[in-house]
Amino acid sequence: MKNLNYLFAAYTAVWVLLFFYILSVARRNRSLEEEIDDLRELLRRSDRTDKGNHD
Amino acid sequence: MATIARFRATARAGGAFIAKLVASRDMRRWFESIHPALTLIAMLAAIYLVFVYVPTDREQGIIQRIFYFHVPLAMMTYLAVGTVALGSAIYLWRGSRVWDRIAHSAAELGVLFCSLVLITGPIWGKPVWGTWWTWDARLTATLILWLIYAAYLMLRSVAPGEQGARYAAVLGIVGALDIPIINRAVYWWRTIHPAVIQNRDGSTGLADPAMQLTFATCLVAFLLLFLWLLWIRSDNLRLQDSIEDLRQRALQT
Repeated sequence: MKNLNYLFAAYTAVWVLLFFYILSVARRNRSLEEEIDDLRELLRRSDRTDKGNHD
Repeated sequence: MATIARFRATARAGGAFIAKLVASRDMRRWFESIHPALTLIAMLAAIYLVFVYVPTDREQGIIQRIFYFHVPLAMMTYLAVGTVALGSAIYLWRGSRVWDRIAHSAAELGVLFCSLVLITGPIWGKPVWGTWWTWDARLTATLILWLIYAAYLMLRSVAPGEQGARYAAVLGIVGALDIPIINRAVYWWRTIHPAVIQNRDGSTGLADPAMQLTFATCLVAFLLLFLWLLWIRSDNLRLQDSIEDLRQRALQT
């Protein structure tokens, strides 16, 4: 089994890099969704305040 | 003139169709449930074939098995760069944000896959050539491609607006010209990089049917992975755009 360590290194590099990329995209997605929820809530509150001022 | 008008109308209809498809609910359901499962199955099949099924190469031994991931990764780099060029051209022509997002996502994937090509290649090269790196035509052209698209991503991060997107689109199109150079380098110049799929004399580089099946499975697995990653990253950028819109609305109220 000559060169098995090279084969192991190559496949490990592929999976580790792909794993970290997917993880980074998932993290970015989660933080963006949270930001959207916060902004929606902010807009809803400001709409309510506007309505209250008109009444 | 009539041909150009027809071409424009076809391209417009095609662009509108893809934009509608990307935004559809069925597409979302596909990419969020069925597609990842298919990708996982294909990847597991590819790993089984590479490590258990395929016979060991007589000349290179076990190290040749790197080839089953290295070459599909290189092909996905080509596909990613082609997608950047196409998306950028349509963005410059039509100003469509959907296509700009597709181009941006594909550039990121191009850099990711090209990085993997540049990592797995030298790992194969060390035991076979006796060196990690050599300034061979194909290797150098691949490194240049990586640098071009790394520059594209840097440009997108320092200039996030519309102007940055336009400059990046031009770079994305120009950078794609490196693809035919990489692909033909082994035939145009005396390089030590092997011509794997097609030998320099025109014969097929993969004669064994088991090797062909393994290679084809790996190619399908990486194609599925590429499409899934392109989808999730484009969706990520769509969310970013939505946030920008909401921020503008919040500032106006």
